[in-house]
Amino acid sequence: MSQYLLLRHRELPDLDKLSGYRAQGGFETFKKAVNDMSPAEVLTTVKESGLRGRGGAGFPTGLKWGFIPNNLWPHYVVANADESEPGTFKDREILENNSFQFLEGLMLASFAIQANVAYIYLRGEYWQLAKQLDRQIAELEEAGLLGKDLFGSDYSLNLYTHLGAGAYICGEETALLESIEGKLGQPRLRPPFPAVAGLYGKPTVINNVETLANVPLIIANGAAWYRSFGTEKSPGTKVFSLSGNVVNPGNYELPLGTTFRELIYTHGGGIPHGRKIKAIMAAGASSTIIPASEEALDTPMDYEEPQARFNAPLGSASVIVMDETVNMAWLVSKTVNFFKHESCGKCTPCREGTFWMNRISHRLVSGNGSSADIDLLDHVAHQIQGKCLCALGEFSTMAVISGVEHFRPDFETLVGN
Amino acid sequence: MTMKMVTLRIDEHTVEVPAGTRVVDAAKKVGVDIPVFCYHPKLESVGMCRMCLVEIGRPVVDRASGKVVLEADGSPKIQMAPKLETACTTPVSDGMLVVTTSEKVAAARREVVEFILTSHPLDCPICDKGGECPLQNLTMAYGSGTSRFIFDEKMRSAKHVPLGELIYLDRERCIQCGRCVRFQHEVVDDPVLDFYQRGRALEIITRSEPGFDSVFSGNTTDICPVGALTTADFRFGARPWEMKPAASICAQCPVGCNIVYDVRREAKSSGKPVIKRVMPRQNESVNEVWICDKGRFVHHYNESAERLTQPLMRVDGELTPVSWQQALETAAAKLKEAGKGLVTLAGGRLSNEDLFNLRELTRAQGGTTLLHTHMGGGEWTRQLGLNQGSNLGSLGNGDAIVVIASDLHQEAPLWWLRVKQAAQRGATLIVLNARPTRLDAYAAHALRYQPGEAAQAVAGLMGNHKTPAAFQTAREALAGAANLVVFFGSDGLGLTGTRALAQTCADLLMQSGHYGRPNNGLVGVWQHSNDQGAWEMGYAPAADLVGSLKKAKVALLAAADPVGDEPALAKALAGADFVIVQEMFLTASAEKADLVLPVAAIPEREGSLTSGERRAQRFYPAVPAPDGVRPDYTIAAQLGQRLGLELEGRAAGLVFLRLAQSEPAFAGLSYQALSTAEEQWPIVGRRDLYFGGTTYDNNQGMGTHLQPVLKAGERPAAVAAALDTELMDAGDNLLVLPHTRLFDQGSLVRFSRLLVERVATAELRLNPATAKHFGLAEGVAASLNLNGADASVIVRMDDALPPGAAWLPRRVGVPLWAPAAAQVKVMERD
Ligand SMILES: Cc1cc2nc3c(=O)[nH]c(=O)nc-3n(C[C@H](O)[C@H](O)[C@H](O)COP(=O)(O)O)c2cc1C
Ligand code: SF4
Ligand code: SF4
Ligand code: SF4
Ligand code: FES
Repeated sequence: MSQYLLLRHRELPDLDKLSGYRAQGGFETFKKAVNDMSPAEVLTTVKESGLRGRGGAGFPTGLKWGFIPNNLWPHYVVANADESEPGTFKDREILENNSFQFLEGLMLASFAIQANVAYIYLRGEYWQLAKQLDRQIAELEEAGLLGKDLFGSDYSLNLYTHLGAGAYICGEETALLESIEGKLGQPRLRPPFPAVAGLYGKPTVINNVETLANVPLIIANGAAWYRSFGTEKSPGTKVFSLSGNVVNPGNYELPLGTTFRELIYTHGGGIPHGRKIKAIMAAGASSTIIPASEEALDTPMDYEEPQARFNAPLGSASVIVMDETVNMAWLVSKTVNFFKHESCGKCTPCREGTFWMNRISHRLVSGNGSSADIDLLDHVAHQIQGKCLCALGEFSTMAVISGVEHFRPDFETLVGN
Repeated sequence: MTMKMVTLRIDEHTVEVPAGTRVVDAAKKVGVDIPVFCYHPKLESVGMCRMCLVEIGRPVVDRASGKVVLEADGSPKIQMAPKLETACTTPVSDGMLVVTTSEKVAAARREVVEFILTSHPLDCPICDKGGECPLQNLTMAYGSGTSRFIFDEKMRSAKHVPLGELIYLDRERCIQCGRCVRFQHEVVDDPVLDFYQRGRALEIITRSEPGFDSVFSGNTTDICPVGALTTADFRFGARPWEMKPAASICAQCPVGCNIVYDVRREAKSSGKPVIKRVMPRQNESVNEVWICDKGRFVHHYNESAERLTQPLMRVDGELTPVSWQQALETAAAKLKEAGKGLVTLAGGRLSNEDLFNLRELTRAQGGTTLLHTHMGGGEWTRQLGLNQGSNLGSLGNGDAIVVIASDLHQEAPLWWLRVKQAAQRGATLIVLNARPTRLDAYAAHALRYQPGEAAQAVAGLMGNHKTPAAFQTAREALAGAANLVVFFGSDGLGLTGTRALAQTCADLLMQSGHYGRPNNGLVGVWQHSNDQGAWEMGYAPAADLVGSLKKAKVALLAAADPVGDEPALAKALAGADFVIVQEMFLTASAEKADLVLPVAAIPEREGSLTSGERRAQRFYPAVPAPDGVRPDYTIAAQLGQRLGLELEGRAAGLVFLRLAQSEPAFAGLSYQALSTAEEQWPIVGRRDLYFGGTTYDNNQGMGTHLQPVLKAGERPAAVAAALDTELMDAGDNLLVLPHTRLFDQGSLVRFSRLLVERVATAELRLNPATAKHFGLAEGVAASLNLNGADASVIVRMDDALPPGAAWLPRRVGVPLWAPAAAQVKVMERD
């Protein structure tokens, strides 16, 4: 595909400068929305476009905005730029090179729910991006695109950045809100959902950076245009972060519904050294491991198919490829170690379960495990399932359970030698 | 307001509960115990521990018609949720089906317990909680016999972490339930504990300096569902099953918290039972399931070696041991001689029975009964105090509470807590004081007055006195209140000031008709547990105690130490022919006495106390009294006997019956009535320890309110007292105002050595401008000359205090009971 919606900086010059972005018609959409559209019209267009959240869950964006009640004020929008899923690096490219499009999307979302303040929550390692965004927000204020009574209307909007302190869990939306409020980053009990009681207890929309970056084009070109990309149920394009054993790792913006095969072989250049592909993880560390069969390779990457066929949600679409040299038990131990490190510790099954799984998988990988340990690992993972307070606990079990199910011999080779 | 009710099924039970009730509480109502760790009925639910997972089904509703789909047999079709749900966070809904007995639920319990145990040391044999531990019990019920977790891979953590000097944390035992953190944040608003780190490294830390700085800290050890939190007082002290509980009442302040003394026989006391710990006993009308740290830790006095155990008589100038026979005979003869010249000065630490017998004894001689207190106004709390049906826990939206001249947090911690909670439930709280206090934060109106002008401030609240505009707004807020309770104290005031204040508060209540019915009236924040009882029986402080003592031929001092309190009183007493002292210890007054009679402490005897809310409550013997001591009421009866007076001395209950016959306020009350227990919600109990913690349930009585003296509409007996004011202007000297601190240097606190670091010292606090005026600077030692004594104090600057006066705690070694003018000078360093 030659046409980019999100990674337009790859084609257009100076998009990372306000002048360059405005030269492409940037912020005209926002101006038009504030001047000529009602918030409801913006919301309806996004609803009709079928845009789904790119943060992982694929939740319909318009529907989410529609949950915001109009009898509780103020409203907030929070952009989720925590991007902590291992293997995900798409938001970073957007923020580094096409941040004005993201900012315009955030501003449109704020207008749609009539929020006067919006926050951008960035992972702590993105401090340079936070500085850059602060500069750009200042530029927008100077240009009269942010601030009080915009374009002579009575709508005002201010944006602020907020840096996290290095916790994966703070990408989870309610832990993120706690973190902005200056509290320990632990998920909140739901209900109430953020749409009703979010930041500081007020109605709040939380969207991923990529999700928001879609919005200006949807408002500018209409829902029907947007639906011309992707599939019926998963419209639009998606930035796939490709990594692992591929010749050309990187971000690829492709229509949703593109197959794994096209991503890995056509765009990613296939597997290095002529090796065979062994497995795919579609959603970073939070993936079900998909054995790389022909059927798997021909599966379209959207919010339905991988889930239906392999119980493998697309998540944030960080596709990690493993070739035949990779021992899956080793891979599983890496994911388990990650979740043990990132569990917030609030609920028992995840806090204790990830710790336990880490002990077992470490034992296995270091050659000190037994066959019974493989069963125990699998058992503990099942024991965690369905009991946790947030999705992280569930994520921690996915690679374990699918890994043991499909690649048990990889585990067995580590036993007893 | 009628509450919407919801009907649901829990296993084989059908239960109706108010909408919004959590499944776990609804289950408790029908006797189904769903195990919990993080949930506590007094805390917000957080759903952290996942112990309470149950199966929940809900009726299927047809989308189109909105009607419940029915099964063939006509019963509603129930759709079970695919995942288990946490009973502690899920609200009930109509037609819900909760299943707690299925294999799926049992498996979840086994699995969650197993998870917890992977990091738990299970060192029950050396754990203080062992024997009353929810985790131990649930391990017995759901734990596996063998561990799948390799012991050597267990996480090791610090086992003796002092969070402060009172509470220790065992990090290995902590199961991260967050109850302690939430108690400190939500219930008592001392957010000094927090979680730190994440994942398996998540741990409890204290953020205060000194550590765990909260007067409610001990409660966390009751609600901690494991042995992670223990008190420095009790840890490694005894096993729960070795101890016997004895119901009692805390006698450290006028709240009258219901407590239990846990006692055990000990070798160190020759096999006699000793108090090992003090625990809360549930009374939702008084202290709920909490007590403050003073109540919990001030219990060591009764085992002190300094206790008096035999009568002492002055022979050749020396106090010499004599027999009770000789002591009583001498005393009786002296009382008879004294006749009208007998002055009985009683302290509010005495029980109702003691006070009654002492009063009868004194009156029979024609003598005078006096209450030893720095605070007046009891003639008003007697008439306008709280009545049957009153419960601070039921005040909320639409009601109002006024707290004036009291730092409740320090003077009566549980009242502070309950007033705060009433305000949080929506009651209009008006706090008036000359200085900021901890209650201001919850007040709708926190108003200030000039030092000494408390009564004028209340008059201002009624519109009878010129006051700032803020008073006007507060007055309007009061106008519509359904119920009104007024607390008055002695912050910055003495006897005269508090009496005037009480009278003005009484005017306020009478003017607005807020008396003579439940949840309306006047409460005195007294210094002692039974000051209210003394007032009820007609005891009152002397307007001029020095004068009264000077006139005494014979002075009988019971639980009162005027000599230790003030040099002027010591001098006055020196003129009496004969001084008799009933005491536990050789106080300064006892040292000067002619005859000293050793008395039993509260845990060693029976009796009853009347709380500041006019609730009479019983206490029971917990430990045997040391040989040689007698209860005060017995002593009074034995003296009476020798004077031909028929007083009851055999049992406290019999004395109480006499009291009930003689005093209208006590009419109809009896020990039986006082020991009636009502069902309490939440049902904390000790049957399952996980729901409410180790607090005791109340089987020995909630106590009973005294009879109303004035019914609504009746006019009170006139009390003659002009609107008198206390010293407010010290001229060229420094105006020093007294206030009360929870841990002062009062006679009983010092025996709990643990508390030394919390005890108030002679620190003079004042505004920097005032300090400058008197040439004082932060941290300097200064000498104060006041009330005829020289005292040294340390100067502390405090911006929050209004200029023009200084504040100094009572009972820190300086004879300060009322506002006083002091000469102050900086002490030279040598
Ligand atoms: C453990 C965990 C980590 C998450 N991390 C991120 C993240 O780094 N970035 C993100 O956008 N969403 C993350 N999410 C998803 C968010 O909770 C939320 O669903 C998302 O930000 C909503 O935005 P969207 O609707 O635009 O996708 C995470 C969720 C979980 C459970
Ligand atoms: S599942 Fe894990 S990350 Fe989520 S709340 Fe529980 S402990 Fe925290
Ligand atoms: S110390 Fe006790 S109450 Fe506090 S979190 Fe740990 S287990 Fe819970
Ligand atoms: S609040 Fe008063 S009665 Fe209650 S425990 Fe504390 S000192 Fe005792
Ligand atoms: S999750 Fe319900 S009691 Fe802890």
